[in-house]
Amino acid sequence: MSGNTFAYLDEGSKREIRRSIFKAVAIPGYQVPFGSRELPIGRGWGTGGIQLTLSIIGRSDVLKVIDQGSDESVNAVNIKEFVKSFTDVQTTSDSEMATIIQSRHRVPETPLRNDQIMVLQVPGPEPLRGIEASEEATKVMHAEADYVGIWLELYEDLIRHGSITAPCNYPVEVQGRYIMSPSPIPKYDNHKLSGSDCLYLFGAGREKKIYALPPYCTAVSLAFEDIPFQTEDFRGKSCCLCGAESVYLDEIYDAATGDLRYQCSDTGFCKKRRETCGAAERRLEA
Amino acid sequence: MTFFETPSLRIERLTIRYGAGCPACMGGGILEKNRCAACDTVWSLKGVSLEVYPGEILGIVGESGSGKSTLLQSLYFERPISAGSAYIHEYRGGEADIFTADRQQQREIRNIHMAMVYQNPLMGLRMRFSSLGNIAEKLLAAGNRNTAFITERASELLGIMEVPVARMKESPRNFSGGMQQRVQIAKALANDPSILLLDEITTGLDMSVQARVLDLIRKIKYQNPNVSMLLVSHDLSVIRMLADRTIVMFDGQIVESGMTDQVLEDPQHHFTQQLVQSML
Repeated sequence: MSGNTFAYLDEGSKREIRRSIFKAVAIPGYQVPFGSRELPIGRGWGTGGIQLTLSIIGRSDVLKVIDQGSDESVNAVNIKEFVKSFTDVQTTSDSEMATIIQSRHRVPETPLRNDQIMVLQVPGPEPLRGIEASEEATKVMHAEADYVGIWLELYEDLIRHGSITAPCNYPVEVQGRYIMSPSPIPKYDNHKLSGSDCLYLFGAGREKKIYALPPYCTAVSLAFEDIPFQTEDFRGKSCCLCGAESVYLDEIYDAATGDLRYQCSDTGFCKKRRETCGAAERRLEA
Repeated sequence: MTFFETPSLRIERLTIRYGAGCPACMGGGILEKNRCAACDTVWSLKGVSLEVYPGEILGIVGESGSGKSTLLQSLYFERPISAGSAYIHEYRGGEADIFTADRQQQREIRNIHMAMVYQNPLMGLRMRFSSLGNIAEKLLAAGNRNTAFITERASELLGIMEVPVARMKESPRNFSGGMQQRVQIAKALANDPSILLLDEITTGLDMSVQARVLDLIRKIKYQNPNVSMLLVSHDLSVIRMLADRTIVMFDGQIVESGMTDQVLEDPQHHFTQQLVQSML
């Protein structure tokens, strides 16, 4: 599109966002404020992630965008189309092909590499917000590593419900210092953060915060001494399309027959598995 | 013997003023109430010094605005001070001023060595959380991460404070004023603090509930013989019943101090005389 700079944002904006990214990488888990720009979509619809993607993308990058694991949802397709129309980069649904993966609510099943960047969209970056409404106060709490409130929320959940019920957005302690919200990824994906090969960037457009989890940093899910951290359990269940086990599954309920089926939440992973399995079968037949 | 001669809390020349001060009031000139007529500076506390010993309850009386609550709030790091120092035995053996400690250390002092019970339970409790959770907050702040221990300790404390087991998971919002006050006291006791700051804890409660709360304070005193308490009250019968020693504050200064009986039976300062006389 003529009349626009590469990747939609003006150079000054991209530079500011890149500076914030550097700071975020230098202080793992620390929320760096940034001047969130206006985009042609409303704040709260992934604008943090989009600004990160637009600031780091280059002509040789390959972009994958996922929304709750799906490459084909309206949100994912529109973001992909938007970035493509201002950069002409290649897009893909294959997480191994991608160099930048922007996501909402999931981390791909396929382990990520050191030459890939995972961009996560964050609605609420502040893990302390539940117990403290004031931004000024939460900044002081982070500075003093005063995280009693987060532990209190977990404890309260435990005594009220018998177990910690938070299904996603489960807080992690980064490098033994900052407690960070991992964005609304399921608890199941939390372990992928710690000691990962790839760089994780988190962008909250509405809340105007950027933070990062650099490769090989620890991100420990909070757990009490006598209550270990537990993730979703899919034992004995497998994907009805590709047969995959030990992956994060979506539950699909058929109202007509009352049947329960399970399907890979990561559609790119599922599709690739079916293609390669199909190819292998065809080779065997030949 | 030497142990009892070491104060658990020592305050030296604690001063809080609002305003820049001027040569007249800084030099100890005459104030109108606690306000300097020349420069409008308000002296909330003016050179307050005191000592509290282990196991002792120190009563603090005085009219509204005399600086009683300000004194407790400044000790609890809720109000910045202008000058002065305070030493508690539990922090570096009473050698270092707690006001110059860094914020992390101050938080530790607040969470572990001291505890405050406010007149208004809304100040001391998180109403969105259960009673157990409220007490757990103090235990978590002290670094406990074992939920079985936390729940056991919190239930034990609520039990001592006569909160029924069946209601421990309820928010204190559902409780009566007296019951909220008891949850607050249980919370304050969570980490066995050496100093308890009690700010008008029976004000606004009816007589029978007052008696119960006071009874519990006495019980704490006998069960934890080393805990020191600063008891702020304008109710002289509460002071007479609980305090070993009493100080009388007037316009931000201590005008009289001594054994409680002595202060109440033979008041020297004109304000104390007036206070004792106006007792119903």
